Amino acid sequence: MARHHITTHINGDEVEFLCDTEQTLLDVLRDELHLTGTKEGCATGDCGACSVTVDGRLVCSCLMLGVELEGKQVSTIEGMADGERLHPLQSKFIEHAALQCGICTPGVLVAAKSLLERNPDPTEIEVRFWLAGNLCRCTGYDKIVRAVLDAAADMRGAAA
Amino acid sequence: MTTNDENKTLKWVGSRPNRPDGVDKVTGRAKFGADLTLPNMLHGRVLRSPHAHAHIVSIDTSKAEALPGVHAVITGADLPLLASEFVPAGEAMVNYGDMCRNVIAREKVLYDGHAVAAVAAKSVQIAKQALKLIEVEYDVLPHVIDVDEAIAPDAPVLHDHMFTAGVEPKPEKPSNIAKRVEFKLGDIEVGFAAADIIIERDFNTETVHQGYIEPHACVANFSEDGQAELWCCTQGHFVVRGYCARLLGMEVSKLRVTASEIGGGFGGKTVVYLEPLALALSRKANRPVKMVMSREEVFRATGPTSGAKVWVKMGAKKDGTITAAQCELKFQAGAFQGSPMQPGAMCAFAPYDLENVKAVGYDVVTNRPKVAAYRAPGGPISEFGVESVVDEIALLIGMDPIELRLLNGAQEGTQAAYGPRFGPIGMKETLFALQNSEHMQQPLGPNQGRGIASGFWFNIGGDTCANINVSDDGTVALALGTPDIGGSRASMSMMVAEELGIDVKDVRPMIADTASLGYTFLTGGSRATYSSGMASVQAARSIIEQMRERAAKTWDIPLEAVEWEDGHARPASSNAGEFEPLSFADIARTMAKTGGPLVGSAALNAQGAGPSFAAHMVDVEVDPGTGRVEILRYTAVQDAGRAVHPSYVEGQVQGGVVQGIGWALNEEYVYGDDGTLQNAGFLDYRVPVCSDVPMIDAKIVEVPNPRHPYGVRGVGESPIIPPMAAIANAVSAATNIRFTELPMSPPKVLKALDEAALPEAAE
Repeated sequence: MARHHITTHINGDEVEFLCDTEQTLLDVLRDELHLTGTKEGCATGDCGACSVTVDGRLVCSCLMLGVELEGKQVSTIEGMADGERLHPLQSKFIEHAALQCGICTPGVLVAAKSLLERNPDPTEIEVRFWLAGNLCRCTGYDKIVRAVLDAAADMRGAAA
Repeated sequence: MTTNDENKTLKWVGSRPNRPDGVDKVTGRAKFGADLTLPNMLHGRVLRSPHAHAHIVSIDTSKAEALPGVHAVITGADLPLLASEFVPAGEAMVNYGDMCRNVIAREKVLYDGHAVAAVAAKSVQIAKQALKLIEVEYDVLPHVIDVDEAIAPDAPVLHDHMFTAGVEPKPEKPSNIAKRVEFKLGDIEVGFAAADIIIERDFNTETVHQGYIEPHACVANFSEDGQAELWCCTQGHFVVRGYCARLLGMEVSKLRVTASEIGGGFGGKTVVYLEPLALALSRKANRPVKMVMSREEVFRATGPTSGAKVWVKMGAKKDGTITAAQCELKFQAGAFQGSPMQPGAMCAFAPYDLENVKAVGYDVVTNRPKVAAYRAPGGPISEFGVESVVDEIALLIGMDPIELRLLNGAQEGTQAAYGPRFGPIGMKETLFALQNSEHMQQPLGPNQGRGIASGFWFNIGGDTCANINVSDDGTVALALGTPDIGGSRASMSMMVAEELGIDVKDVRPMIADTASLGYTFLTGGSRATYSSGMASVQAARSIIEQMRERAAKTWDIPLEAVEWEDGHARPASSNAGEFEPLSFADIARTMAKTGGPLVGSAALNAQGAGPSFAAHMVDVEVDPGTGRVEILRYTAVQDAGRAVHPSYVEGQVQGGVVQGIGWALNEEYVYGDDGTLQNAGFLDYRVPVCSDVPMIDAKIVEVPNPRHPYGVRGVGESPIIPPMAAIANAVSAATNIRFTELPMSPPKVLKALDEAALPEAAE
């Protein structure tokens, strides 16, 4: 069966790829484009390790098909830093030791960035419920929540 | 190795620098198990048993082999059948006869998900298609899932050759009880006779999974010359090398294993599943083979920990003195023997200084996946029962539960029932920290309760190597053999920077492959920071010795006349001569002229891992309408000996507590009547999510371990021991109903509340 030719934008760059009908966005990112920063933890939309944004909307990339990407804007963890400059969330995650093994970290960061774009001043409860779709088995979430709140405060300070 | 002067001010140890692998992990650069792609690589998939227990009558792979794009198909016949032989492996023993049958079934399948065959094909899709073409004829046998049913005389027997070990005389018939162990101290009958009150309870815990977010993954590359390379996510690549060489029938040094970054393990990545299959497929196909498990496979076929039946009986005097303590543990091992009932029995009463103890454990096989280590294997299960009964004693005699624990608590010199006499330990210090916490002052509202529990874990040391290469710009590369799961690289770098007197940023740590460093046992048993820290310090001290020699040579004075202080070689006294001190960087810069490369190596068997104690306090609220238990506040105190990087010690504590919350409230394996797992996914196997839990207040106390140069005790495991009992004690306090079965999920709690309310309703 012929593969589908798709033209899309990933982290601001125009990208073309071929994919099979059944390949998910996650499969395309990892296996076709070798953007392996996006992780597969479950492939059923339950763990959030594969979180990316498509046209600004936070999605589990394991629940979208590659063929749906025609003409879309995809953002992944690889596009989060601005050149050499880490995003404040990335810096705060390191500073707060908000990661241990690091496998959930890309998904958590993508999800947290998406939260702060909508709500620059979230409460602890809002952070906890927004990140409820991102499983972390190492940290108990404590330092993750603190890092997100601290990054939000920093970003508000920088914007003021 | 000498311990550093406790009064010396430390620059790095105890501080909180950024971890050296931080940027890689927040940018998606870090390469985990599934992130490697090799040229010409094939993709492997595993065919798994749909039955809990069956004879394999025949396997026909011919149609799968004929499918275009399929390059190799293997069954059990492609790997050697090994004899039953126990080999020590850290906190447990492994048996190669069992291991070779667990990685791929031979005569029988023993659980839903047991590997039966594997395929390597040019794509995952073709490999999956090929699996459907493999024809397996099964003769389905009766199965047994429950531990009590497995012990019953008429139970289906999993292994015809298994006779209970540890009982005299040897049983005449095979059974599902693999082994009985017993640990005794004093005379419990005398102890119970001296008691004013006796409490006896049955407890039940369900099978839970480690739940690491990264599924098992590997890439194997077998060459035509009989050498192979293996990339995998593992807690111990040297252990994987040994296991795989044995399972494949190859020489150990012909297999080079590289540990990828590892996405969580908690004990579950101390064994092999895909690795030997990928090697066998690669050997057959003469091409690299990548294998990655699905989440469903992780749940069905990899290491949960035991569910167990626990019986505890304890006696105490009215003044709170515990006079006798007895327990009996029946642990599910899964399909092959080797549950952690032995460490469970050993640590059951270890937090206490007791005269009369008897702990008995049974290892019972059932048609479930073979259990693997899970964070303090066995400890959380037995201590759940014991700490619940200790709580009841306190209630019954009207004593504060912390005071009761302090009265009976183990301290330096206490004889533990499992053998050793304790050195300096922090059991009581952890309780004092709870007493002094703000949390203690927090008032409780309606439907709320507070629970306390203590916990103990042994910790281990063992074979460890480290290597330091000095560069001429004054920086160093540190090679370690313990895969870094939770930030341990940072701690090792800090200890090396402390020793050498250089900036922690000038230490570049890495996990070396099995050909580049001496044998190092795995990251487990809370041993990584302890043992690799010890080896790193020894390697650093070797560098210092060599640098003193270089300085002596440069100044043309005797070695004894050169001392090392704060990263500099100096003349020991004015008698030695007047020389400008030489810094670490000075000596590094000129090393080519003063004798060549500077390399420090250490190869040791780390002894003296200090036991680790924890004390936890939790407030809960029970919703009388739904039975849901909410964790309101949690304080966890941990004796770290010395916290090298306090943030990552806190992280171990917070993570262990939240895993414990899952174990206590939600997590369980659910089997159908047909013996198949019903909830093999994160939707139905509910691990705690961010909105389920509050901040976890992790408090560190430091009772230094005299056997480690910086006083380190392992902290990875003990944090998961107290949560189940602490939460059960809190729920019991909130409801006036004693909860003895895990998980305390809403339906169970609601049922208990309804049953308790019935007599009143009838009145």
